[in-house]
Amino acid sequence: MSTPVINLTIPANPVEEILRSERIPHMWCSGCGIGTSVNSFATALLDMKMDLNKLSIVSGIGCTGRVAGYTNLDSFHTTHGRAIPFATGLKLANPDMTVVVYSGDGDLFAIGGNHLIHAARRNMDLKVICVNNLTYAMTGGQTGPATPLDVITATAPYGTYDPAFNLPYLVEAAGAVYVARWTTFHVKQLAKSMAEMFKKKGFGFIEVISPCPTLYQRRNKMGDGLDAMKFYKEVSKIKHGTPTNEVGLTKSGEIIVGKFVDRERPDFITMMRAHLQQRLGDQYIQAEGPVCG
Amino acid sequence: MHADPVGVLTGAHFMDGDHAACEGAIAAGARFSAGYPITPSTEVVERFSQRAPKIGATFIQMEDELAASITILGAVWGGVKAFTVTSGPGFSLMMEHIGYAVMTETPCVFIDVQRGGPSTGLPTLPAQADMMQVKWGSHGDYEIIALCPNSPQECFDLTIKAFNFSEQYRTPVFVMMDEVVGHMTEKVVIPSADEIEVEPRRWTTKDKSTFQLFAPCGDELVPEMVKAGDGYKVHVTGLTHDERGYPNGTVAVQDRMVRRLVNKIRNNAEKICLTEEHDIEGADVVVISYGITSRIAQRAVESARAKGIKAGSLRLITAWPFPERIIRALAPKVKGLIVPEINLGQMVREVERCAGGHCRVVPIDHAGGTVHNPEQILKAIEEVVR
Amino acid sequence: MARGSVSIVVERCKACGFCVEFCPAKVLALSSAFNSKGYHPPHAIAPDKCTGCDMCGMYCPDFAIHGYRNDKPAATATATEAAAPATEPQKEAGDAR
Repeated sequence: MSTPVINLTIPANPVEEILRSERIPHMWCSGCGIGTSVNSFATALLDMKMDLNKLSIVSGIGCTGRVAGYTNLDSFHTTHGRAIPFATGLKLANPDMTVVVYSGDGDLFAIGGNHLIHAARRNMDLKVICVNNLTYAMTGGQTGPATPLDVITATAPYGTYDPAFNLPYLVEAAGAVYVARWTTFHVKQLAKSMAEMFKKKGFGFIEVISPCPTLYQRRNKMGDGLDAMKFYKEVSKIKHGTPTNEVGLTKSGEIIVGKFVDRERPDFITMMRAHLQQRLGDQYIQAEGPVCG
Repeated sequence: MHADPVGVLTGAHFMDGDHAACEGAIAAGARFSAGYPITPSTEVVERFSQRAPKIGATFIQMEDELAASITILGAVWGGVKAFTVTSGPGFSLMMEHIGYAVMTETPCVFIDVQRGGPSTGLPTLPAQADMMQVKWGSHGDYEIIALCPNSPQECFDLTIKAFNFSEQYRTPVFVMMDEVVGHMTEKVVIPSADEIEVEPRRWTTKDKSTFQLFAPCGDELVPEMVKAGDGYKVHVTGLTHDERGYPNGTVAVQDRMVRRLVNKIRNNAEKICLTEEHDIEGADVVVISYGITSRIAQRAVESARAKGIKAGSLRLITAWPFPERIIRALAPKVKGLIVPEINLGQMVREVERCAGGHCRVVPIDHAGGTVHNPEQILKAIEEVVR
Repeated sequence: MARGSVSIVVERCKACGFCVEFCPAKVLALSSAFNSKGYHPPHAIAPDKCTGCDMCGMYCPDFAIHGYRNDKPAATATATEAAAPATEPQKEAGDAR
């Protein structure tokens, strides 16, 4: 007779390392894809063995903005639409820091739109992860700049009649050097894309299409989060390199995913330093990171 | 601690208030500014953009004041001293981030070179009409520190003071200039670096496992500071939060947090309220003023005294927190308090509140665009003592 | 013995069904038990098929499940993990919260 031995040492969930475990369960709904995107994020960080002391996460307001509060990193939950300028200041003060901006479609493209295009123009070295659930989820599912045509929202009870931004197209036009889109179905590819973006200097942008079951899905009779995930699986086509003007989204049409832009252009800090060095020569004293009495 | 000699332009200069404020920021240790052009403040950041690459500092012109006002906060959390500069319309845009700076206890300096308003108003002409806005402009309950220079020399000195207060109390501090002080050119003496007292940031030395970013240390109710990258894995949010910085939307935590933020300033008001008094002892009438108006008031008070009137002057160097105690003590002893300001009555309301009906309070208002005449103030002085 | 196992943190689960749907080996199904929030967490109905690929963990938006290889050396489990053997989780009778 042998006594059953219970093996109590089980490998930890790899994502746990970057979570503030004491804050979980989190506030996201059942079937929301934001948590899924965080798994890809954790995978990317761990696969790249990033020094987590040299990485900060900055978010705005909204459901996706809450990611900052759940990640065990130097995390900054800022004001609506202004994660990118905060991140700009953080990066300029400490150029060795990898600064990730993790925010939602409304936060980054409506109220934050101006800051987004300027940061892309400057090629500020920021890694922007935009979880696009096609709505302003936190406040109850209102129309956002990414909400497709003819979708029912809290502020468009008869359906939207103005078109959405094509996020990759806009960001490419503004100057981003890395532009990709995945859905929360594409967990592995998303992790890989994030890792690729972290390695690349300059303004990087990944759009992550994600379900909002409680509001977007429900109001438009599209089922729940799982139905959305199955929908993404069914209608997504991986087409790397597709011209971004062709990847706009519709209510129930094809979702083109993949890496669309990966180009080279010096980032803001590199340009600034080179230029000032050239103009000022010996007089130029480069700002060397956190310098505070 | 003393100022870093790099960037201190020791010597006697002939410069305007905007330029002097920039030098004050640099002397105080500011190594980052994000700005947006707006008359009559633009020269402050224009000068900083020239000086920055030669002193190891960074300047970036942002796309609007909304961005500038939070870019500096990001830089502070990245580990540097930072400031921004604006005037009325830009100040209005910055209000949300002023609240965010207060809430997150981010030490930084905002310089407002006031101009005629409301709205676009008088871009190139003075007013002092943002004085209530600096205290109440953002939503919610909060306190701030605001200093009012009345000369280019003070633009230098008080900007340094502003940075020092900001580090001492882990709070945003405001330098409320006006277009005249900003654009007037006078002698500015910049001492040597070892004569300039600069407050260092209160970096914590506590263990990473026990440190709490929003836990007050001691009676001053001020928490210690860190920066991103030090391994503390901080969380900073504008949501109501507990001492760890984690969101907590309960009534108890709201009460505890907001009261501490407010009391952090109110309880330390004695140390923050700076005033300049002349001939207050035995005065029948006192003129209370600040900023450029104080120089006109000074002339009026001198004229009154020459006529034998027992007139005194009280200059608010610190406008906020308002020096309540001084006014409460003064009001019962005088016939009247005269408050000239280039607005239609702002700080006079605080004077009235604190005077508590013990004496007359006489506003001398001005819609903006120029400074008062000393005669207006003299006439009011004479009328009070008649 | 199966190549892999799953570990489920019952109290975190919100029964979204992602893990059930996207497990390549169809190891999981939502159980009839429920956690204190009223959600039905998953359980392994075909544990022998588990390869420890951790697709369940990658998909789970609630960080409530992960898969691991049985032959990998075990790292220390975190305090929040409820080690669940690959059987039906215990029914929590009348756990009113």
